Amino acid sequence: MLAKRIIPCLDVKDGRVVKGINFVDIRDAGDPVDCAKEYDRQGADELVFLDITASSDKRDIILSVVGRTADEVFMPLTVGGGIRNMDDIRKILLSGADKVSVNTAAVNQPELVNKGAEQFGSQCIVVAVDVKRKNPMHPEEGWEVYTHGGRTNTRKDALEWIKEVCLRGAGELLITSMDCDGTKKGYDIPLYETVSKLVSVPVIASGGAGTIEHMADVLKKGKADAVLAASIFHYNEMTVNEVKTALKNKGIEVRL
Amino acid sequence: MIHIIDYGRGNLRSVHKAFLSLGLQAEIVNQPEKLNSASGIVLPGVGAFGDCMSQLENKGFPEIMIERIGKGVPFLGICLGLQLLFEESEESPGVRGLSLLKGKVVRFQGCYKIPQMGWNQVQFRQNAPFVEGIPEKSYFYFVHSYKVEPGDQSVMLGETDYHGHYVSAVNRANMLGFQFHPEKSQKDGLRLLKNWGESCAG
Repeated sequence: MLAKRIIPCLDVKDGRVVKGINFVDIRDAGDPVDCAKEYDRQGADELVFLDITASSDKRDIILSVVGRTADEVFMPLTVGGGIRNMDDIRKILLSGADKVSVNTAAVNQPELVNKGAEQFGSQCIVVAVDVKRKNPMHPEEGWEVYTHGGRTNTRKDALEWIKEVCLRGAGELLITSMDCDGTKKGYDIPLYETVSKLVSVPVIASGGAGTIEHMADVLKKGKADAVLAASIFHYNEMTVNEVKTALKNKGIEVRL
Repeated sequence: MIHIIDYGRGNLRSVHKAFLSLGLQAEIVNQPEKLNSASGIVLPGVGAFGDCMSQLENKGFPEIMIERIGKGVPFLGICLGLQLLFEESEESPGVRGLSLLKGKVVRFQGCYKIPQMGWNQVQFRQNAPFVEGIPEKSYFYFVHSYKVEPGDQSVMLGETDYHGHYVSAVNRANMLGFQFHPEKSQKDGLRLLKNWGESCAG
């Protein structure tokens, strides 16, 4: 049976990992390659690098980070952040990433999803969607799409947008609930339940993980295929292996 | 030297680096005549069946590949590289594959997630070659929408359950093929590459 995936996410700025990673045993906690190796050792199923480099002249640093990681860590690697055109996608894939994740650029130029999927295959194109409930108390009213790291409300209906990107060729969806992100109070389960019924591509859930129970809920009730998490791993609260073992004990198929 | 065929489409870096990390000599080749000196040939596959086949043909690969494989040079097909060993695919009707194995490639059908993306188990058959050091029911990383249906079941080396059992690894004589990506499957994937790579002479 296909296992549910546990995917740590590393925020990388100017080639360095930010958001205080706190591994005990690694040489350089700021080095993305060392962090990637540690996650590999812990049995992570994939890795995501989110490049939050602001200045354009430092953007190419991520390419060498990806290259060095791909040379040493033999697991799927996705890179997101700051991707604006086909050339960015091409460079990232050629440097050794398996997938790129596009967010704001997909909203601004939706044809980028079509072109990327046609040229490199749908399996390379992850569309990241940041969403927020229209009415926090009433999920049935739906969700809206935000861009620019959550700063801009596009007024697009999230479910319509998700259907559209799938038709355009998205191979996977990374959906972050901004209502839940950072709260550690659990995922927006109705969101993932709704999306999973709507699309046939894999869905990665992000935003809200505080406990194993939360992850189990979004994988079971929310029918997500994978969970993305950052802080629960970075601060060494739990290792990937511990999380997977605990999920397995809750009857969830994971790779151990 | 293991030769990895570059037909101008995919990212071959991971496959190449995986062999190098295992201490095996490997290089990426984009000229068919180079295959004459190969101790092993790897065909990684990215993209669509028809497109990949026409890229290989444009560069003149199929004839020499078939000739070298016929002479007994070990061959490893990964993902689409496995599918291309067969005769045809629903992905690209009318396109003839390398046809070194009988059978066809069909799309997953049903109300479930397609592509299959992620880690799934491979049950290798008893006494399977190349699987030394691989624990029972190990997980490997898959990304695919099409699967092979061999005409001759004896080529089955391993199978996987994704809404039904299907053949996820094949072996016939000096031909080996994996539907999953060993180069993305951490230590068990690397072990398979090592086992195969070490079987290539020279």
